[in-house]
Amino acid sequence: MTAELLRWPRASPRAASRMLLRNATLYRRSWRRNLLPNFFEPLLYLLSLGFGLGLYIGREIGNVEYVRFIAPGLAAAAAMNGAIFEVTYNVFVKLRFAHLYDAVITTPLEPEDVALGELGWAVTRSLIYGMAFLLVMLALGYVQSPWAVAAPVAIALIGLAFATLGMIYTMLIPQIDLFSYFFTLVITPLFLFSGIFFPFENLPAAARWLGWLTPLHHGVELLRSLVLSGAPAAAAGHALWLAGFSALLFPPAVNLFRRRLIV
Amino acid sequence: MSSVSTPPELAVRARGLSKWYGGLVAVDGIDLDVPAGRCFGILGPNGAGKTTTMRMICCVSPPTSGMLEVLGQNVLGQNVLGQGVGGDRRAIKRRLGVVPQGETLDHELTVRENLLSFAAYHDLPRHLAAERAGALLAFVQLTDRADDPIDALSGGMQRRLLIARALVADPELVVLDEPTTGLDPQARHLVWERLRRLRSQGKTLLVSTHYMDEAAQLCDRLVIMDRGKIIAEGAPTELIAAHVAPRVVEVHGVDGLLDAVRAAVDGLADEVEQVGDRVLVYGRDGQGIVNRLRAGGPPHQALLLRDATLEDVFLRLTGHELMEAGERAGDG
Repeated sequence: MTAELLRWPRASPRAASRMLLRNATLYRRSWRRNLLPNFFEPLLYLLSLGFGLGLYIGREIGNVEYVRFIAPGLAAAAAMNGAIFEVTYNVFVKLRFAHLYDAVITTPLEPEDVALGELGWAVTRSLIYGMAFLLVMLALGYVQSPWAVAAPVAIALIGLAFATLGMIYTMLIPQIDLFSYFFTLVITPLFLFSGIFFPFENLPAAARWLGWLTPLHHGVELLRSLVLSGAPAAAAGHALWLAGFSALLFPPAVNLFRRRLIV
Repeated sequence: MSSVSTPPELAVRARGLSKWYGGLVAVDGIDLDVPAGRCFGILGPNGAGKTTTMRMICCVSPPTSGMLEVLGQNVLGQNVLGQGVGGDRRAIKRRLGVVPQGETLDHELTVRENLLSFAAYHDLPRHLAAERAGALLAFVQLTDRADDPIDALSGGMQRRLLIARALVADPELVVLDEPTTGLDPQARHLVWERLRRLRSQGKTLLVSTHYMDEAAQLCDRLVIMDRGKIIAEGAPTELIAAHVAPRVVEVHGVDGLLDAVRAAVDGLADEVEQVGDRVLVYGRDGQGIVNRLRAGGPPHQALLLRDATLEDVFLRLTGHELMEAGERAGDG
């Protein structure tokens, strides 16, 4: 059974796009309601910590104004949140309460198509939130490197990493309450300790090593190296890490989804 | 709406089909031949294995063992994760319409959008989807509710929309799992009427039910399932003729007087049975039995003379009733 969960799933991208389109249709109807809160949250952090706290901690981190230092990290967090809410609460409700997927898999769509569609939609939402935040940064003059053109790819990679991770958790829990553990013990610590708010370089080796194991840290460093420092080699390393992480988690995410529906 | 392909003689063929959940057997080696172009019923009490059988036919529950062919294609040959070969589920499901037992409509979409989204899952082109959605809304009499949210529909309307949704890709085989459970009598009759119309259009209907009147009303042929096994098969009238006498007298209010009833109808009755608080007397000469009971039977509250039904067949074959007493009271 465990070995089977790691097998590469046979999903049809065309069939998956049908599921994604259903979500996109709904989103188009309610995007004003949805986009604003998700969009303002990182902006508030930017204002509070970047400008507020930034005044007190001295002006610079590694020759960079504090607010410019944290802005790319907050874009990475926005991308993470865009994906994670989709594959946790939204997927859980459709799976367990609405029984929507039970109906969908009686059509030619197979569970792996549906899972791929949901992951694809989660990545799409990452792109919406991440890019919205990057546009604000652009307007504020915080985008300093031409390598920022690769930012959409970076945001999609962050989205995919968290979409697969969240999907696995959603498929394993029996009750919706258990998401609070995931958010309190995984997502919030990642947000606080992934190097968004302080640089990793001066931390003890153990902390740096621990950070290296987490996806958001690589997402933060990836965006920072594209938008702020313009370091393509470092960016490629972080992008590879995220791609590898997603490739590892993608099969169990999809196969667990199938196992929840086909009994 | 019409299918051009010529249907195979059998829409569903199963041999020794079984489904185990851990150590529990849900479907226990059944053989099934569902002829194309007919309405075929699976009648049985809750827990008989009807839904599990239908889920296997719909390719959403892999059989544990046995052979299963749907519309001429093999369903088997896959493990729990759907890997392994044999059986193209997508190809089968393309020709299948499914009305599930529960309400699984997309509550975030309107009535019409529910049909359009399923048309998209079936990969229908947009103009065709819009055309089908319009025609099907008219077919299930929901045209004026097309832009309403699902929550605004009554239970009967939701069930009709589920039927319309199942028809959106013009399926050859429509699988309906207890299509009228929980509906009031008027809503049931409307559903039955639409299903008969579908059958007259040449579609194969496979209907599971625990209502014997539904089976008798709708089905050309049926199997009776109990505890995972098929215990009888035939046309409703054939089954009644084969297993019970044509007339039944129900004697009410004769608790503990079974022997007295039996003595009174001796020679006229084929069979006398106690069922709950009633005694059922089966025979050819129903009026003769009534006369005997009136003249020389034990004191009783009421006598009811009626034709034998599938319910009686079920009772004779299993020794228990199709529905529990509570369910009977609940569904009128």
